[in-house]
Amino acid sequence: MAIPISYNIRNLKLRKGLTVMTALGIALTVTTAIFLMALVAGLNRAFVSSGSKLNILVLRKGSESELTGGFDAALFPTLKVLPGIAKDSHGEPLASGEWNVVIVLPRKDGTGEVNVTVRGMMPDGLEMRQLPGADGKPSVKLTDGRWFETGQREVVVSKSIRERFAHANIGDTMEFGKGSWKVVGVFDAGGSAYESEIWGDVNQMASDFDRQGGFSSAYLRATDPIAAEALKNRVSDDQRLKLDGLIETDYYAKQTSSGTPIKIIGIVVAIIMAIGSIFAAMNTMYAAVAYRGREIATLRVIGFSRPAILTSFVLESLILALLGAALGIVLMLPFNGMQTGTSNQVTFSEVVFALRITWSVAFAAVCFALVMGFFGGLAPAWHAARQNILNALRG
Amino acid sequence: MTLGSFIVRNTFRNKRRSLLTMISISFSLLLLTLMICIWRSFYVDQVAPEASRRLIIRDRVSLAFFLPAYYRDKIRSVPGVTAVVPMTWFEGRYIDNRAEHFFARLATDPDEYLKVASDKITPPDQVKAWQQDRAGALVDVTLADKYGWKLGDHVHLQGTIFPTDLDLTIRAIYHRDPPQNALYFHTKYLEEAVPWFKGQAGWYAAQVDSPDHVAAASKQIDDMFRNSPLQTKSESEKAFQLGFVASLGNVKAFILGICGAVMFAIMLVSANTMAMSVRSRTREVAVLKTLGFTQQRVLSIFVSEAIGLAVAGGLLGVLVAIPVISGMTHRFIGLGIPLDMKVKWPTAALAMLVAAILGVVSGYLPAYRASRMNIVEGLRHIG
Repeated sequence: MAIPISYNIRNLKLRKGLTVMTALGIALTVTTAIFLMALVAGLNRAFVSSGSKLNILVLRKGSESELTGGFDAALFPTLKVLPGIAKDSHGEPLASGEWNVVIVLPRKDGTGEVNVTVRGMMPDGLEMRQLPGADGKPSVKLTDGRWFETGQREVVVSKSIRERFAHANIGDTMEFGKGSWKVVGVFDAGGSAYESEIWGDVNQMASDFDRQGGFSSAYLRATDPIAAEALKNRVSDDQRLKLDGLIETDYYAKQTSSGTPIKIIGIVVAIIMAIGSIFAAMNTMYAAVAYRGREIATLRVIGFSRPAILTSFVLESLILALLGAALGIVLMLPFNGMQTGTSNQVTFSEVVFALRITWSVAFAAVCFALVMGFFGGLAPAWHAARQNILNALRG
Repeated sequence: MTLGSFIVRNTFRNKRRSLLTMISISFSLLLLTLMICIWRSFYVDQVAPEASRRLIIRDRVSLAFFLPAYYRDKIRSVPGVTAVVPMTWFEGRYIDNRAEHFFARLATDPDEYLKVASDKITPPDQVKAWQQDRAGALVDVTLADKYGWKLGDHVHLQGTIFPTDLDLTIRAIYHRDPPQNALYFHTKYLEEAVPWFKGQAGWYAAQVDSPDHVAAASKQIDDMFRNSPLQTKSESEKAFQLGFVASLGNVKAFILGICGAVMFAIMLVSANTMAMSVRSRTREVAVLKTLGFTQQRVLSIFVSEAIGLAVAGGLLGVLVAIPVISGMTHRFIGLGIPLDMKVKWPTAALAMLVAAILGVVSGYLPAYRASRMNIVEGLRHIG
């Protein structure tokens, strides 16, 4: 027969100070782990939610990112007439030749300079990104001001660029390329990779960076998912073009590798802290066992088996760990949504993302705590179950 | 029995408890030491004298833009500059895209490169062989060992940024401390393969005659190109590398956050142990006080025990940290991250000091309670 759980809960309540301190110790480790997992989750979301399944990104063959792309602008008319491309508001094929450059901007809080992606696009590029994607939502939404106008030295910035960098409010001028650019609007990209970009007119950008006569990438909008797949293959297989077509969402999904440094650091830190916590929990549980020697012996005399006592003490340790996990999650919740940035290893520029405590992060945190509780409780519980009844009763 | 040995005996009376506490604290201290080491290597450590004389000159706006070839001679004319070489990040792919096959691949000018990178030690005959073979490559010894490369072996690199594949022959192998995981080849070879790249360079690396002239030379170089089509940004090699660290995010806040969590964890563990220890010795404390031990004495006995435990745990942690951190440094360099970490005396001392302070803080409350205990109740205590 098993010992009821209420016995363990009452015992934890009895030794309040010890319980709270041990739980806090576990909570601290859980907090650190959640923080790191939330960073990775946020970063993954920035990439996974980026782009539309209907957009085809065209790059030079062999190139892995828009930054290292670059092909002759003369190829663009050939791309535009490929079958399966949707029509824009003027009845023309919905396609945009674009320039992608990386510039250095100082952070607002003075913690150094950061590479930021500037994207020059055609009017169709804006139109394409405001069309609803596969999930029914557009890639970007204008929240303030207006879009840039063709032929003007104007830019629109994402919400998080406005928050993180100086001179990025509507009406401000930014200095890059060969002169100043007026900020005329702010867009919301819903936490996707576009959230880290500044957009302007492609011809203005190309002349500023001496890149006329070429594009670093082109975007084509397919009419439907089947056409998108066909269009992608058509671009890649055309021997005259020497270009590669990619579904936009696949392109971003590959960039999640940027989270690797955080992941490695996170794993190292979490493991070291977890080992420390396991020993601390072990200490508490040994104390609990030592304190209750006579009680355990009495339980044995009444007829509870050794396995029942072993399970009971492991359970107590698990409850302690759960308490710690809950505490840790509550402690971390205020940080949910906090914005930060890291270096995108594919495009070489900063990607901005928000800390996200998702259900899977919370679940992983609970599992992590339970593992600590289990290993912390096992040895003391074993010790309790193996106690000699007579000696223990004599105390 | 002296007071000192009384404290030592009491500290380790419950061996299991002391050991568990020590191990727990030692893991926290290991992490703390690691964080201090990373901080030191990023923000405190001075670079080797050769590296402190090196300047990196790049496009002001972005590393992604090339600089014209004629900049090289203009930079050379700046007083104090003794050597200048073009550097270009080839990137490329070796075997496949996996992170373990990643290493730096750079195009440069072999005739002058080793004058700038004077900390790379290469046998003179190998240098000559490299300079004479346009498709030759210079590689780090650890990199060569990793792939089993020998002089004369071929290395095939696929182009990513540059639309060309390179077939290189290893002509020279260099030694450097710490190792660097990089491959260098002729920029001329790349220019021949990629016509549009001709007459350009990713950035320039220059050697200045004295570390004192670095600031003046970099200012003069930037001023010289202020009205050129492409403005430059010159900075020391260390500052250049820190730029990459800064791009990873708010590293300082990150490290400080982890340190904070770790210190708090040590405090909890230590306080917990002291509370348990005081509780199990209630009757003893009452006896001590009956014998005439003052409140201060009792307080200091328990606080000393807390310090003893924390410092013993700390010592264990630092001792474990030395091999762990040296192992990590090798692993990082293997991944191409130039993070040179060593546990030095000041780092170890700082970690121990933190442990001792945390011991005092965490032991004080339980110790204070013990010292204020009512003798009669203490004697009556059953526990």
